[in-house]
Amino acid sequence: MKKETIIYAFYNDDDVLLKDAQAFVSQGLWVSDVFSPFPIHGLDPIIGVKESKLGYAAFAYGLIGLTLALLGMWYFMIHDWPMNIGGKPNFEFVYNLPAFVPVAFEFTVLCTAHGLAFTYFCANGTFPGVKADNPDPRTTDDLFAMEIKLEDNPNFSLDQIKSMLSKSNASEIREKQNCETDTCCNK
Amino acid sequence: MGHISHNNFREPLILGEKSYHDVTVDICAPIERKPNMLWASLLSLAAIIAVWGIGNILYLLGTGIGSWGLNNTVDWAWDITNFVWWVGIGHAGTLISAVLLLFRQRWRMAINRSAEAMTIFAVVMAATFPAIHAGRYWLLYFVFPLPNQFGSLWQNFNSPLLWDVFAISTYFSVSLVFWYIGLIPDFATIRDRIKSPTAKRVYSLLAFGWSGRAKHWHRFEMVSLILAGLATPLVFSVHSIVSMDFATSVIPGWHTTIFPPYFVAGAVFSGFAMVLTLMLIMRKVYKLEAYITRGHVEMMNIIIIVTGSLVGVAYLTELFVAWYSGVEYESYAFLNRATGPYWWAYWSMMTCNVISPQLFWIKKLRTNLIFTFIISIFVNIGMWFERFVIIVTSLHRGHLPSTWSYFYPTFVDIGVYIGTIGIFFVLFLLYAKYFPVLPIAEVKTILKATAEKFKVSDNQPKK
Repeated sequence: MKKETIIYAFYNDDDVLLKDAQAFVSQGLWVSDVFSPFPIHGLDPIIGVKESKLGYAAFAYGLIGLTLALLGMWYFMIHDWPMNIGGKPNFEFVYNLPAFVPVAFEFTVLCTAHGLAFTYFCANGTFPGVKADNPDPRTTDDLFAMEIKLEDNPNFSLDQIKSMLSKSNASEIREKQNCETDTCCNK
Repeated sequence: MGHISHNNFREPLILGEKSYHDVTVDICAPIERKPNMLWASLLSLAAIIAVWGIGNILYLLGTGIGSWGLNNTVDWAWDITNFVWWVGIGHAGTLISAVLLLFRQRWRMAINRSAEAMTIFAVVMAATFPAIHAGRYWLLYFVFPLPNQFGSLWQNFNSPLLWDVFAISTYFSVSLVFWYIGLIPDFATIRDRIKSPTAKRVYSLLAFGWSGRAKHWHRFEMVSLILAGLATPLVFSVHSIVSMDFATSVIPGWHTTIFPPYFVAGAVFSGFAMVLTLMLIMRKVYKLEAYITRGHVEMMNIIIIVTGSLVGVAYLTELFVAWYSGVEYESYAFLNRATGPYWWAYWSMMTCNVISPQLFWIKKLRTNLIFTFIISIFVNIGMWFERFVIIVTSLHRGHLPSTWSYFYPTFVDIGVYIGTIGIFFVLFLLYAKYFPVLPIAEVKTILKATAEKFKVSDNQPKK
């Protein structure tokens, strides 16, 4: 069973955390994540959060929506049962295309937004009923927590990391043993 | 710690000395305390009106559309007036959160959450009207292209009425998703604070297990930006399509190409008026004066001047084009609006929508909260009359003088309309009690840069 040692360094201020994160990373200490009550701008490149690919996903959903809408309207209006409405017959897709623009646009937006939202929830692993794992309830209020995993930093020992953190501007340091089942911690 | 980067060129957006913790406490306070008498009595009043409205709707569904005051000449009246009025009101929320996000207008953060809530509830009210005015409402599912047993009969995708179905349902569901994604981090804040175990369980469920990781925030901002980019053309498309319900017909008074931009401007105009009506009360009751400042009200009033003037120009353009076209039916339709049997509706509209917002050119008036509140009510009324004028005055004088008629609303017309206002306020009051009325996380991101003074919290563990 894989055991993990996590060290949390708590901060009172986002700018201080940002400066310390920069210092740790330049010394070779890998910061695995940061918990914060709001997005800290400028943090992502420091701790190596990669640019999200959600934009590409959104584009793909948009294309699917557009294709489905046009295909559907072609089938309903041109192929399956062409009608002559108000002297304007539906025999050619291209001639009818201007009238299809509004629904094609709306359906594209519909598919993009919902597809994107679903992908976003999947990527985050956030769904109704999922348990939150922020290290302290105040990290959704005014506390900022840096998460450092011992296993991610083979060049540092636990004491080395702790001494580095205690020399920094962190207001509190906490250590947590994480295991996949409850029993392994007791052993 | 906690530097102050006060911007000398702009008014501060958050007044007083606030820390991150103060923001949380201020916004969570109404959720954490017991409901007070004022809220309970307002909710009861709204609920009574709502129940009366639902009763009227049930009576309408049981009796049929004949219980409305419609006749052979005026065959669309309050139903569609109310529909367009509510959809228009529902335009401010997404405009504030999407368009102002793209323009990086940070003052939007004080109002976007409630404006979006208002949008969603208004669109629900709007959608009620096409649903109940259908007559044979048990066949309503046929607005969607479902495989069916009617031979190969499909919906008419050339019809703006069908475009409207797609526009309204897309607008409603996309606004809802946009709003909810923004709410998740704030629900997490409430979850981590609230004492009652039942409430904690409910907010945990609503918060989707949000823990505020850097990776999640990164995706959050990306998704917000993309959804804003999608919602922006959506806002403009929805009311354009609503206007095409009229503009693509051949009724004099409806058949005008100016309708789409004119309707969009009108929708933003009425939406901001409703936001002001609601926010001015909420600011007072919830003591949010530090977050919704006079500066915010002034910004919204400036948007009211711009959109109100656009609407005014559109009214005058309609009159000019009616004369300049040389089409006598078109000229008559507009002359009849201003001087015919419905002159009172036309001039109410003109006074409320064109004259009243022009008073906001005076700085003293646009920064006066009571005056703003009164004007916002005027605009709400004026925009209802605008739709009434367009729909009813264009219909009541057809090409055949023997069909000329006048529209009298019945108690069902009035009951259903007043009832939707009741239902809207029930939803809004419940929202105001149980949801964070300001975006907590977003306000914190602008706290250091835009607050009058930034305070380091004393709620922190000291080293």
